[in-house]
Amino acid sequence: MHFTEREIFALVHGLLIGGPFLLAFAGGLVALDGLRADYMTPQGIATQVRRLRLGTSVMALMAWLIVLIGTWILLPWYREDTPDSPRSILLSSPDTRDWHEFADVWKTHVAYMSPILATAAAALVVYYGPRLARDRSLRNLVLALFLGAFAVASLAALIGSLVTRAAPLR
Amino acid sequence: MTTVYDPPRLEPDEAAIAAEDARPSGPAAAVVLAAGLGCFALGLLTVLTVASGGFSDAMTFSERVGDLAGVTSIATIVFFASWIGLALAWRRANPALPRVAAAAGLLIALGLVGTFPPFFNLFD
Repeated sequence: MHFTEREIFALVHGLLIGGPFLLAFAGGLVALDGLRADYMTPQGIATQVRRLRLGTSVMALMAWLIVLIGTWILLPWYREDTPDSPRSILLSSPDTRDWHEFADVWKTHVAYMSPILATAAAALVVYYGPRLARDRSLRNLVLALFLGAFAVASLAALIGSLVTRAAPLR
Repeated sequence: MTTVYDPPRLEPDEAAIAAEDARPSGPAAAVVLAAGLGCFALGLLTVLTVASGGFSDAMTFSERVGDLAGVTSIATIVFFASWIGLALAWRRANPALPRVAAAAGLLIALGLVGTFPPFFNLFD
Protein backbone atom coordinates (compact mmCIF):
# COMPACT_ATOMS: atom_id res chain seq x y z
CA MET A 1 0.00 0.00 0.00
CA HIS A 2 1.53 3.26 -1.11
CA PHE A 3 0.33 6.83 -1.33
CA THR A 4 2.08 9.44 -3.42
CA GLU A 5 2.72 12.90 -1.97
CA ARG A 6 -0.10 14.24 -4.17
CA GLU A 7 -2.55 11.60 -2.96
CA ILE A 8 -1.65 12.38 0.65
CA PHE A 9 -2.35 16.09 0.17
CA ALA A 10 -5.59 15.25 -1.68
CA LEU A 11 -6.62 13.08 1.27
CA VAL A 12 -5.75 15.80 3.80
CA HIS A 13 -7.73 18.34 1.75
CA GLY A 14 -10.79 16.22 1.07
CA LEU A 15 -11.01 13.74 3.91
CA LEU A 16 -8.87 14.63 6.91
CA ILE A 17 -9.93 18.29 7.05
CA GLY A 18 -12.87 18.38 4.62
CA GLY A 19 -14.67 15.37 6.08
CA PRO A 20 -14.70 16.51 9.74
CA PHE A 21 -15.51 20.05 8.55
CA LEU A 22 -18.70 18.88 6.81
CA LEU A 23 -19.62 16.58 9.72
CA ALA A 24 -19.11 19.40 12.22
CA PHE A 25 -21.74 21.43 10.41
CA ALA A 26 -24.45 19.03 11.57
CA GLY A 27 -23.42 19.51 15.20
CA GLY A 28 -23.10 23.27 14.73
CA LEU A 29 -26.54 23.56 13.17
CA VAL A 30 -28.20 21.59 15.97
CA ALA A 31 -26.34 23.58 18.63
CA LEU A 32 -27.17 26.92 17.02
CA ASP A 33 -30.81 26.10 16.38
CA GLY A 34 -31.23 24.77 19.90
CA LEU A 35 -29.64 27.82 21.51
CA ARG A 36 -32.89 29.28 22.87
CA ALA A 37 -33.42 31.00 26.17
CA ASP A 38 -36.88 29.38 26.41
CA TYR A 39 -35.39 25.89 26.45
CA MET A 40 -32.14 26.29 28.39
CA THR A 41 -30.92 27.42 31.78
CA PRO A 42 -28.41 30.31 31.91
CA GLN A 43 -25.67 27.80 32.79
CA GLY A 44 -26.68 25.65 29.82
CA ILE A 45 -26.56 28.66 27.52
CA ALA A 46 -23.11 29.66 28.83
CA THR A 47 -21.75 26.14 28.22
CA GLN A 48 -23.29 25.92 24.77
CA VAL A 49 -21.99 29.36 23.80
CA ARG A 50 -18.46 28.39 24.88
CA ARG A 51 -18.65 25.29 22.66
CA LEU A 52 -20.12 27.25 19.76
CA ARG A 53 -17.49 29.98 19.97
CA LEU A 54 -14.72 27.39 19.84
CA GLY A 55 -16.45 25.14 17.31
CA THR A 56 -17.40 27.82 14.76
CA SER A 57 -13.95 29.44 15.02
CA VAL A 58 -12.18 26.12 14.42
CA MET A 59 -14.52 25.40 11.51
CA ALA A 60 -13.76 28.78 9.93
CA LEU A 61 -10.04 28.03 10.28
CA MET A 62 -10.54 24.58 8.73
CA ALA A 63 -12.45 26.12 5.81
CA TRP A 64 -9.54 28.51 5.11
CA LEU A 65 -7.04 25.63 5.32
CA ILE A 66 -9.08 23.54 2.87
CA VAL A 67 -9.29 26.24 0.19
CA LEU A 68 -5.66 27.29 0.65
CA ILE A 69 -4.40 23.71 0.28
CA GLY A 70 -6.72 23.25 -2.71
CA THR A 71 -5.58 26.41 -4.48
CA TRP A 72 -1.88 26.56 -3.71
CA ILE A 73 -0.91 22.87 -3.43
CA LEU A 74 -3.38 20.70 -5.34
CA LEU A 75 -4.41 23.01 -8.18
CA PRO A 76 -0.86 23.36 -9.61
CA TRP A 77 -0.62 19.57 -9.78
CA TYR A 78 -4.11 19.30 -11.29
CA ARG A 79 -3.39 21.84 -14.05
CA GLU A 80 0.22 20.83 -14.81
CA ASP A 81 1.07 21.19 -18.48
CA THR A 82 1.76 17.48 -18.96
CA PRO A 83 -0.31 14.92 -20.88
CA ASP A 84 -1.08 12.90 -17.74
CA SER A 85 -2.25 15.74 -15.48
CA PRO A 86 -5.96 15.48 -14.53
CA ARG A 87 -6.74 18.69 -16.43
CA SER A 88 -5.06 17.45 -19.62
CA ILE A 89 -6.82 14.10 -19.34
CA LEU A 90 -10.24 15.76 -18.92
CA LEU A 91 -9.67 18.20 -21.78
CA SER A 92 -8.44 15.48 -24.13
CA SER A 93 -11.92 14.11 -24.78
CA PRO A 94 -15.19 15.92 -25.62
CA ASP A 95 -16.94 13.46 -23.28
CA THR A 96 -14.94 14.63 -20.25
CA ARG A 97 -14.19 18.25 -21.18
CA ASP A 98 -17.09 19.61 -19.10
CA TRP A 99 -15.66 18.00 -15.96
CA HIS A 100 -12.91 20.59 -16.20
CA GLU A 101 -14.56 23.53 -17.98
CA PHE A 102 -17.73 23.50 -15.91
CA ALA A 103 -17.30 21.38 -12.80
CA ASP A 104 -13.73 21.98 -11.66
CA VAL A 105 -13.66 25.64 -12.65
CA TRP A 106 -16.91 26.33 -10.77
CA LYS A 107 -15.75 24.38 -7.71
CA THR A 108 -12.41 26.13 -7.41
CA HIS A 109 -14.05 29.57 -7.60
CA VAL A 110 -17.23 29.13 -5.57
CA ALA A 111 -15.45 27.21 -2.78
CA TYR A 112 -13.91 30.46 -1.49
CA MET A 113 -17.33 31.61 -0.35
CA SER A 114 -17.38 28.89 2.29
CA PRO A 115 -14.55 30.23 4.52
CA ILE A 116 -15.81 33.79 4.07
CA LEU A 117 -19.33 32.85 5.21
CA ALA A 118 -18.05 30.53 7.96
CA THR A 119 -15.79 33.30 9.28
CA ALA A 120 -18.69 35.76 9.34
CA ALA A 121 -20.86 33.22 11.21
CA ALA A 122 -18.07 32.56 13.73
CA ALA A 123 -17.48 36.29 14.25
CA LEU A 124 -21.17 36.81 15.05
CA VAL A 125 -21.17 33.89 17.51
CA VAL A 126 -18.06 35.27 19.23
CA TYR A 127 -19.45 38.82 19.31
CA TYR A 128 -23.03 38.17 20.43
CA GLY A 129 -22.55 34.98 22.47
CA PRO A 130 -25.45 34.37 24.85
CA ARG A 131 -27.58 37.06 23.22
CA LEU A 132 -28.12 34.64 20.33
CA ALA A 133 -30.25 32.57 22.72
CA ARG A 134 -32.62 35.50 23.27
CA ASP A 135 -32.64 37.14 19.85
CA ARG A 136 -34.27 35.00 17.19
CA SER A 137 -33.42 37.29 14.25
CA LEU A 138 -29.72 37.32 15.19
CA ARG A 139 -29.73 33.55 15.55
CA ASN A 140 -31.40 33.21 12.14
CA LEU A 141 -28.75 35.47 10.58
CA VAL A 142 -25.96 33.28 11.98
CA LEU A 143 -27.82 30.16 10.82
CA ALA A 144 -28.18 31.64 7.31
CA LEU A 145 -24.44 32.36 7.08
CA PHE A 146 -23.62 28.96 8.53
CA LEU A 147 -25.98 27.17 6.12
CA GLY A 148 -24.56 29.18 3.21
CA ALA A 149 -21.04 28.07 4.13
CA PHE A 150 -22.27 24.48 4.45
CA ALA A 151 -24.10 24.55 1.09
CA VAL A 152 -21.07 25.91 -0.77
CA ALA A 153 -18.69 23.48 0.95
CA SER A 154 -20.97 20.53 0.21
CA LEU A 155 -21.29 21.55 -3.43
CA ALA A 156 -17.52 21.93 -3.78
CA ALA A 157 -16.93 18.60 -2.02
CA LEU A 158 -19.40 16.80 -4.27
CA ILE A 159 -17.97 18.30 -7.46
CA GLY A 160 -14.42 17.69 -6.21
CA SER A 161 -15.08 14.01 -5.57
CA LEU A 162 -16.74 13.59 -9.00
CA VAL A 163 -13.85 15.32 -10.78
CA THR A 164 -11.39 13.16 -8.85
CA ARG A 165 -13.36 10.09 -9.92
CA ALA A 166 -13.12 11.20 -13.57
CA ALA A 167 -9.41 12.04 -13.38
CA PRO A 168 -7.63 11.25 -10.10
CA LEU A 169 -4.61 13.19 -8.93
CA ARG A 170 -1.67 10.80 -8.77
CA MET B 1 -38.25 64.72 54.83
CA THR B 2 -35.95 64.32 51.86
CA THR B 3 -36.05 61.35 49.57
CA VAL B 4 -32.80 59.86 48.41
CA TYR B 5 -32.76 58.31 44.97
CA ASP B 6 -32.05 54.64 45.30
CA PRO B 7 -31.24 53.20 41.86
CA PRO B 8 -32.68 49.77 41.16
CA ARG B 9 -30.17 47.02 41.66
CA LEU B 10 -29.75 44.52 38.91
CA GLU B 11 -29.04 40.93 39.65
CA PRO B 12 -25.64 39.87 38.21
CA ASP B 13 -27.30 37.96 35.36
CA GLU B 14 -29.56 40.87 34.51
CA ALA B 15 -26.57 43.20 34.48
CA ALA B 16 -24.73 40.88 32.11
CA ILE B 17 -27.79 40.64 29.85
CA ALA B 18 -28.18 44.43 29.86
CA ALA B 19 -24.50 44.82 28.92
CA GLU B 20 -24.86 42.31 26.08
CA ASP B 21 -27.99 44.00 24.76
CA ALA B 22 -26.26 47.39 24.85
CA ARG B 23 -23.56 46.21 22.44
CA PRO B 24 -23.74 48.15 19.17
CA SER B 25 -24.68 46.27 16.01
CA GLY B 26 -21.90 48.00 14.06
CA PRO B 27 -19.13 45.38 14.49
CA ALA B 28 -21.57 42.59 13.59
CA ALA B 29 -22.92 44.50 10.59
CA ALA B 30 -19.32 45.07 9.49
CA VAL B 31 -18.50 41.36 9.17
CA VAL B 32 -21.84 40.58 7.50
CA LEU B 33 -21.39 43.27 4.86
CA ALA B 34 -17.71 42.36 4.44
CA ALA B 35 -18.77 38.77 3.70
CA GLY B 36 -21.10 40.11 1.01
CA LEU B 37 -18.34 42.29 -0.45
CA GLY B 38 -15.83 39.43 -0.42
CA CYS B 39 -18.24 37.09 -2.25
CA PHE B 40 -19.19 39.82 -4.71
CA ALA B 41 -15.51 40.56 -5.40
CA LEU B 42 -14.97 36.86 -6.09
CA GLY B 43 -17.74 36.86 -8.71
CA LEU B 44 -16.78 40.18 -10.26
CA LEU B 45 -13.08 39.31 -10.57
CA THR B 46 -13.98 35.94 -12.09
CA VAL B 47 -16.06 37.66 -14.79
CA LEU B 48 -13.31 40.22 -15.43
CA THR B 49 -10.63 37.55 -15.89
CA VAL B 50 -12.80 35.90 -18.55
CA ALA B 51 -13.71 39.18 -20.22
CA SER B 52 -10.15 40.54 -20.45
CA GLY B 53 -6.96 38.66 -21.20
CA GLY B 54 -4.92 41.51 -19.78
CA PHE B 55 -6.85 41.38 -16.51
CA SER B 56 -6.41 37.61 -16.39
CA ASP B 57 -2.64 38.08 -16.82
CA ALA B 58 -2.64 40.67 -14.03
CA MET B 59 -4.44 38.19 -11.76
CA THR B 60 -1.90 35.46 -12.52
CA PHE B 61 0.18 35.98 -9.38
CA SER B 62 1.49 32.44 -9.82
CA GLU B 63 1.97 30.70 -13.16
CA ARG B 64 1.36 27.33 -11.52
CA VAL B 65 -2.00 28.38 -10.06
CA GLY B 66 -3.17 30.65 -12.88
CA ASP B 67 -5.48 33.63 -12.54
CA LEU B 68 -7.37 31.95 -9.70
CA ALA B 69 -4.40 32.97 -7.51
CA GLY B 70 -5.17 36.68 -7.94
CA VAL B 71 -8.95 36.31 -7.96
CA THR B 72 -9.07 34.44 -4.66
CA SER B 73 -6.28 36.44 -3.01
CA ILE B 74 -7.93 39.76 -3.82
CA ALA B 75 -11.40 38.52 -2.81
CA THR B 76 -9.90 37.40 0.52
CA ILE B 77 -8.20 40.77 0.97
CA VAL B 78 -11.47 42.57 0.12
CA PHE B 79 -13.24 40.51 2.80
CA PHE B 80 -10.70 41.12 5.58
CA ALA B 81 -9.91 44.73 4.65
CA SER B 82 -13.57 45.73 4.41
CA TRP B 83 -14.27 43.92 7.68
CA ILE B 84 -11.53 45.88 9.44
CA GLY B 85 -12.51 49.17 7.77
CA LEU B 86 -16.23 48.82 8.44
CA ALA B 87 -15.65 47.58 11.99
CA LEU B 88 -13.60 50.69 12.73
CA ALA B 89 -16.13 52.97 11.07
CA TRP B 90 -19.13 51.34 12.79
CA ARG B 91 -17.56 50.41 16.14
CA ARG B 92 -20.08 52.52 18.06
CA ALA B 93 -22.78 52.77 15.39
CA ASN B 94 -26.03 50.87 15.26
CA PRO B 95 -26.82 50.24 11.59
CA ALA B 96 -30.02 48.27 10.99
CA LEU B 97 -28.76 44.69 10.86
CA PRO B 98 -31.66 43.35 8.74
CA ARG B 99 -30.92 45.93 6.04
CA VAL B 100 -27.21 45.18 6.11
CA ALA B 101 -27.97 41.45 5.97
CA ALA B 102 -30.28 41.99 2.98
CA ALA B 103 -27.56 43.97 1.16
CA ALA B 104 -25.02 41.27 1.99
CA GLY B 105 -27.44 38.58 0.77
CA LEU B 106 -27.79 40.39 -2.56
CA LEU B 107 -23.99 40.73 -2.89
CA ILE B 108 -23.51 37.03 -2.06
CA ALA B 109 -26.12 36.06 -4.68
CA LEU B 110 -24.40 38.25 -7.30
CA GLY B 111 -21.05 36.71 -6.36
CA LEU B 112 -22.55 33.25 -6.77
CA VAL B 113 -23.83 34.14 -10.24
CA GLY B 114 -20.43 35.61 -11.16
CA THR B 115 -18.62 32.36 -10.34
CA PHE B 116 -21.07 30.21 -12.35
CA PRO B 117 -19.31 29.13 -15.59
CA PRO B 118 -22.36 29.38 -17.92
CA PHE B 119 -22.73 33.00 -16.77
CA PHE B 120 -19.12 34.17 -16.86
CA ASN B 121 -18.48 32.40 -20.18
CA LEU B 122 -21.00 34.81 -21.74
CA PHE B 123 -18.21 37.42 -21.40
CA ASP B 124 -15.58 35.26 -23.13
